Order: sequence, then C-alpha cells, then structure tokens
Amino acid sequence: MESINYQNFRIDAENICVDYNGKVALYDANLRLKPGQICGLVGMNGAGKTTFFNALTGFVNISKGKIRINGESVRSAQKDQTIAYVPQNEGIDSQFPISVWDVVMMGRYGSMNIFRCPRESDVQAVKDAIERVDLTDHLSTPIGNLSGGQRKRTFLARAIAQRASILLLDEPFSGVDIRTEKLISELFIQFKNEGKTILLSTHDMIHVREFCDLVLLINKTVVAYGETSEVFTPENITTTFGGISPDFLFGPES
Amino acid sequence: MELCSFLTLDSLITDPLTHDFMRKALLMSSLVAAVCGFLSSYLTLKGWALMGDAVSHSVMPGVVVAYALGLPFSLGAFIFGVGSVALIGFIKQKSRVKEDTVIGLVFTGFFALGIVLVSKIKSNIDLHSILFGSPLGISLSDVKQTIFISFLVVILLLIFRKDLMLYCFDPRHAKTVGINVFFLHYLLLTCLSLAAVVGLQSVGIILVVAMLITPGATAYLLTDKFDNMTVISVLSAIISSLIGIYVSFWFDLETGGSIVLAQTFIFLFAFLFAPRYGIFKLKKLFAGYK
Repeated sequence: MESINYQNFRIDAENICVDYNGKVALYDANLRLKPGQICGLVGMNGAGKTTFFNALTGFVNISKGKIRINGESVRSAQKDQTIAYVPQNEGIDSQFPISVWDVVMMGRYGSMNIFRCPRESDVQAVKDAIERVDLTDHLSTPIGNLSGGQRKRTFLARAIAQRASILLLDEPFSGVDIRTEKLISELFIQFKNEGKTILLSTHDMIHVREFCDLVLLINKTVVAYGETSEVFTPENITTTFGGISPDFLFGPES
Repeated sequence: MELCSFLTLDSLITDPLTHDFMRKALLMSSLVAAVCGFLSSYLTLKGWALMGDAVSHSVMPGVVVAYALGLPFSLGAFIFGVGSVALIGFIKQKSRVKEDTVIGLVFTGFFALGIVLVSKIKSNIDLHSILFGSPLGISLSDVKQTIFISFLVVILLLIFRKDLMLYCFDPRHAKTVGINVFFLHYLLLTCLSLAAVVGLQSVGIILVVAMLITPGATAYLLTDKFDNMTVISVLSAIISSLIGIYVSFWFDLETGGSIVLAQTFIFLFAFLFAPRYGIFKLKKLFAGYK
C-alpha cells in the first residue's frame, strides 16, 4: 500500500464522531481536502453540518476518530490561526454594539499579546481586509446598521485579516444581495489561487455546481463524497434529503 | 420637618457630607456601583441577567455561614455563588429540565437554605441588612474587603476587557483562534460572584441583580460602541448611587431601594428619550423643529 503523506492534506478528518450528551450528531465522517480545493457541504437542517464545522474548529470535542489540520492537531491549528470560521448571519447578535473595524480586528486577536493591543501590522491587515470586501466606507459603522450582505462581508474580512489557510463558511450566500454574491464568488477564485482551502455549507444547489470542486453530502454521516460532477447526482441528493426528490427541492431545472 | 432645616440647595448637598457615615456610604457605594456597572455591560450583552439573579441570591447561605464561623463574608459568598453555577450546569446536563427552570429552582433553593440557616444560627446576623443592604452602617473590615474585591474585579476586567467582549460576541471565533473560552467563561462567572458580594452591601441580596443589569441596559440604549457603553454604564451606576443615597437621607427612605429606583428612573429616561433607540427618538424630534 502506498503511504499517505498527511502534510499534503489541509484537512484530514478520519471516522469522526460527535455526540451531545449521548445523542449522536455525526458518526464515521471522513473528509480530506488539499490546498486550493473548494468543497461544498450539503445536507438537511440537523444533518450535522454545523457539528462538522464545530469539530474542525475544536468548538466541540469529537468522541471518536481523528482530525489533522496541516498534519497537526486541532489545538495547534487554533494556535497557528489556521482556520477561520465565517458564521451565518443568524448566528451572530447583530445588535451587539461593535463596529466593522472592531469585528475585523477580532481576526487578529489570536496573534496579539494578552491585552490585544493592535500593532501596526495588525492595523494594516485589517485595513487591507476591509478594502478587499469593499467596506472601506463603513469602517466605523455599527454592525447593526449594515445590510445582510455587508455584514457577511464584514465577517469575510475578519477571516481574511486572520490570514487563515482554511476557511469554513456557514451558508455564505444566504440573505445576501447580488453585489455581495458577486464579490464573494470573486474572492473564492482569489482564495483558490492563493492556495486556501474552503469548506462551505449551502442550501443552494446552483452554487455547489458553480464553485465547488468537491462535494460532501451528509446526513449524520457521509452519504457521498467526491468530485462534484460525479457525486452531485439526483440519486445522491435524494438520499441525502431523506427520500425527497431534488426536483421537488430545487425545481426540475436543477 | 427635617427637610425644612436645609435652607439652600448648597446645604442640601453639603450638610450630609458632615456625617462620617454618609461620606463612607457615598464613597463605598460609588465604588461598588462602578464595579457592578462595568460588569453589567458584559452581562447584558451575554444575556446573563437571570444568571446574575441566580448567583446573587445563591450567595445568601455563604454569607450566613461565613458570619457564623467568623470568616470573611466574601469568601463564603464566593464559594456559594460559584457553587450554584456549577450545580446549575450539572443539573442542566444530567436532566431534561430546561435551563431557566434549573436556574430558578437552584437559586431559590440556595436562598431558602440561607433563610433557614439565619433562623437556626441566630447569632448577631442582621437579616435585614443582608436582604436590603446597609451602606450607611458598613463596618471597617467590610470596607477593606470591599475595596480589595472591587479593585480585583476591575483589574481582571481591564486586562481581559477585549477577550470578554469577544467571548460575549462570538465565542466560536474565540475558540477557533485559540483563545481559552473555558477560562473566560469562568472568569466572567467569578467576576459576577465577586461583584454580587460587594453589591449586596449597598442594596442587599434581593436587589443586587439590578446593579448588575440596569446600568448596562441603560447604556445599551444610548450607544453603538462597546467602550462607550462601558463608560456610560459605570457613570449611570455611580450617579444612581449618589442620587439614591442623598434622596434616602433627605426623605428618610430605605437606601438600597432608593439606589435601585434611581437606576430604574435613569433607564426609563433612556428608554423614552434615547437619541436613536428611545421611544421618542430625541434626535428626530429636534431635527423636525429645525
């Protein structure tokens, strides 16, 4: 058997299981992603998408299996700022009294000293990140005054400022305007060229076909995983969504 | 009437200051208010109002036991405050009962235990001052303890100010970039217990939760910047304390209740007239007349 060089994989999750107080949320899940790959994570609500993200970021502990990030443990990936998580708009308190600048600066916290005093390089990283998502006019705007798309871009900027090599995005396209959608898809191409690895969850099947090299269909465990063109079939999608046909879910065109 | 003896506004303010107990009460209550006000920014944003209520009530048996054993009351209060939170977490995890129910039943249980202990121990414990506070009768050893705890909490909050803000806002991101969320969770709980301990001297166990949430809620209506929120919260807490103590002196009212009422009125004022988030949005009103 050929030996696998684990360093080649950005993400290497092997047979991972997560349970909350005995209730199984995810079992025997595998995922391997290389630099520059974009993978779509598709499944029903409650299928374990968020749990998968939580396991990769170390927000929940896995009860079985192994996760390697760049060949290292999740703990050291946290220390190295390797993974950035971009939350769903619904997952954050939009009324929190905090500005765009402050949110993006949080991307630098992990590499600052204990008082979180920004150095010049941190300020520059934040400026650049905000410019890349086209929010320079909104530096001091409270996040509560932003549109859904602008808020999404703010959190993308935080991930950029963090200089993470792995991006986990929870529903990046939900509730955003066309301009933001266009900007995000341009950023994806840039990220890919920079060698970043992207795992995104989505409900929108068109986006999967458009952006994702790979797709991971899950329903508590992996239903199918592989190249989008091979795996993203009506049969697999039907299995993933508990027997409901994709025609019914996404219309006959998709 | 006593009030008639004060002839000018000036003497209304300065005469109480001639009393040693009033000077001490004003100083100590301001300090306590500042600490609780600082913390209340975090508690209101984190949604820990009920937790604050729980912890502050749960310290009751700790205070009683500490008094009975001649220990510093803050030690007993702290142990029971943190203990109640641990117990809440344990019951929540091991049963199907919903969290707010667990919180409610644990803190009332602790509180009841405290009341029963007071009736049984019958030492020189003044139940009234524990329940309703006694800023005018604070002893010298209590003053020392209060100053020590207050500075400890303020220093902790100042050091971890930004981390705690991140923890309240987005704990998942904090964890992802390697910040110790577990530590921050217990740091905030520790500060909460300690603040409840010092706060209860001013306004008593029953009302101390007001010190921990009202200033934060008021500030939340007045600003969209976190740092400003902290400053406004601290200021409104201090002003409420001063107003409460003076009013209670002039009209011979319960001091703790007066302080909390002053906080409530300031909140109502913000609720009605806050420039952006008030019912009558003052900014818009003025704009209309221009």
